[in-house]
Amino acid sequence: MSHSPSSFDEMIAADSSIREAYSGYRDWYDGQDQAALRRKGKEAEGFFRKTGITFNVYGDNAGEERLIPFDMIPRIITAREWRKLTKGIEQRVRALNAFLHDIYHRQEIVRAGRFPQRLIAENAAFLPEMVGMVPPGGVYTHIVGIDLVRTGPDDFMVLEDNARTPSGVSYMLENRETMMAMFPELFSKVPVRPVQDYPRRLAKSLAACAPACAGENPVVAVLTPGIYNSAYFEHSFLADQMGAELVEGSDLRVIDGRVAMRTTCGYTPIDVIYRRVDDEYLDPLTFNPDSALGVPGIMDVYRAGRITIANAPGTGIADDKAIYSFMPEIVEFYTGEKPLLANVPTWRCSEADSLAYVLDNLAELVVKEVHGSGGYGMLIGPTSSRKEVADFAVKLRAKPENYIAQPTLALSTVPIFTKAGLAPRHVDLRPFVLVSPQGIDITPGGLTRVALKKGSLVVNSSQGGGTKDSWVLED
Amino acid sequence: MLGRTANGTFWMARYLERAENTSRLLEAGFRMALTRDAIASHEEWRSVILTVGATATYEAAHGEDYNGDKVWNFLLRDKGNPGSVLAMIEAARTNARSVRTALTREVWEAINESWMALKEVLARPVREAALGEVLGAVRRQMTLVRGAMDGTMLRNEIHNFTRIGTFIERADNTARILDVKYYVLLPSVAWVGSSLDNVQWESVLRAVAGERSYRWLNAGKMDPRGIASFLILDQRFPRSLAFCVDKLRSNLFGLAHEYGFETSAHELMRALGTTFQHSNIETILEGGLHEFITDFIASNQQVAQAIEQDYRFYA
Repeated sequence: MSHSPSSFDEMIAADSSIREAYSGYRDWYDGQDQAALRRKGKEAEGFFRKTGITFNVYGDNAGEERLIPFDMIPRIITAREWRKLTKGIEQRVRALNAFLHDIYHRQEIVRAGRFPQRLIAENAAFLPEMVGMVPPGGVYTHIVGIDLVRTGPDDFMVLEDNARTPSGVSYMLENRETMMAMFPELFSKVPVRPVQDYPRRLAKSLAACAPACAGENPVVAVLTPGIYNSAYFEHSFLADQMGAELVEGSDLRVIDGRVAMRTTCGYTPIDVIYRRVDDEYLDPLTFNPDSALGVPGIMDVYRAGRITIANAPGTGIADDKAIYSFMPEIVEFYTGEKPLLANVPTWRCSEADSLAYVLDNLAELVVKEVHGSGGYGMLIGPTSSRKEVADFAVKLRAKPENYIAQPTLALSTVPIFTKAGLAPRHVDLRPFVLVSPQGIDITPGGLTRVALKKGSLVVNSSQGGGTKDSWVLED
Repeated sequence: MLGRTANGTFWMARYLERAENTSRLLEAGFRMALTRDAIASHEEWRSVILTVGATATYEAAHGEDYNGDKVWNFLLRDKGNPGSVLAMIEAARTNARSVRTALTREVWEAINESWMALKEVLARPVREAALGEVLGAVRRQMTLVRGAMDGTMLRNEIHNFTRIGTFIERADNTARILDVKYYVLLPSVAWVGSSLDNVQWESVLRAVAGERSYRWLNAGKMDPRGIASFLILDQRFPRSLAFCVDKLRSNLFGLAHEYGFETSAHELMRALGTTFQHSNIETILEGGLHEFITDFIASNQQVAQAIEQDYRFYA
């Protein structure tokens, strides 16, 4: 088994012993027949196809449904590690919400000279429509995905905050279902904390954010762009599991100051919309007038406090990678505490000194677009050709404020199952966080994304990444 | 439930039913063609295309060439035919996907697996030797879906809309088959009772899976009048017009019961029900079978349209 010595292997220590988190699992694994495991891998693929756990691809083969490859070796986190992580995540999410409230109100952080006004004013994700209004329950990011990477035994870092519309939670749930169906006996040997009640917790959390006009049992609906959206499976899955209505823009209309859905018996008001439609498509009267995905007039209802939109419009600004670089300051400013979770060191190319450094060291760095996502439009210096680096330098010089740079991290590895046995691959982790006036709720586990290609650091499913079941062990 | 969801379940059921009916019709056509020479079998195949109402689309692609393998490939899998079995299964699955939250896991998986299996089976042109097997596969898959629906769906509005879609489509199909046989395939009265005539009637029964039931009831006697009566009026036969109308009525009134109000569709339904109560095969033949069926197809269609409007299928 080969693995690069510079990366932290989460299963196997340098002296080839099995780390604590994986000891129970390895006992089980070593007793398994390899041929039987290979068969199971094929079964898993059949299960995903049959269930329709697919994502749609845009572009070349538009309309085609693909599977995100699933690897059957779990990613395991000990109870101690998880406790530490959750404290850091909770602190960060509290800070994110306070920051969002602040930038849409008095902008104290700017007045205090701790954050540049420019990053707000020039940001397309900043919505003037949100200025001065408080969302029902005071919550901006009801559902957050914090992308974590690991570089050592105690070194977890935040790579990205997903405050807009974090996706992937259905994979967290279906991966667990699949593992339990494939290896039921494993779960009686290794005590794993359950994730299955996430939809129930989500429903509860969303209901707790309902506006004052809602009845005792708030009506919750999931708003999807429709079956051709790449994450449609997840939208329908969550609505199904929550017992919520799955609605499209064409089902909704503003009637008597409320947002209502067209049922077979007429229009019925709804209280909470978990929307999986981007801000700009939400309301053709306020934002993109060509949008057929949204609801004309919903922003007026929202500003009148008669509907909850989760996540709140305008939260996407917190996903911006230039703003990310200020997260340590943001956490400190709003919580008065040192950040428990580190940021990845980040150079803002908008700053002349940083730009000069980045240009000098481009071949060693990872450069990302500040508004980019999905692993598109980025440069990974060490795995790029000289020409690619040179071409990227041209783009960078032309629009430096569009980029940030980070060191190429030695992401930790977890083995995947291959024909030749276990082989280490780089991973990240996206835990899912629910926020309501009742508190912050973090489901133990999350989505582990894994780069299936040997040596690759890109875990995005759009770039050939796969997923793993993520276990948090019981105490 | 959402109007769009009612729409999705209704059309899902219609497409599934239509896919099954098309394959049954092909099966009957295939059998009929086997018993005839090449030239005559073209007429049978032409009637199959006519029955599904695809003459214009077909002739745009193949002209007047009604060769068997062209017809069955057209009806099973031709990309240029929006009414092909494959296109119907795909449309049913797309509708099922859009109303995923209204379906049980088993129903969704049965539809999704049918789509996966039939896409595979119909990926390449179907040769004559494989046709029987392919048609059997379509029927089997649809039976699995029906079984999942029957065994797992809550008997509520969702189920009502699904059943309504099924019986609107089925009634339409049986009516068309009967009409084509009676009105188109019968060149002159002199043919009545000929062996060709009998073979054709048998194939009609076959296309609606009624040959065994009919023989059981009539001791094997092929009698056009008896068959017409069976397909139109026999309430015991699950593909007869009377049966479909009865199911349509009970599901529509199920909705009225659940919602606490009736709609214009209920009025139309009552009128259609009355037509059947006051009909027997003598009065139908007297007034003209073709006229009766044409009226029926139109009334059935009106009920469907009223349902779409009354229950807010569209924004």
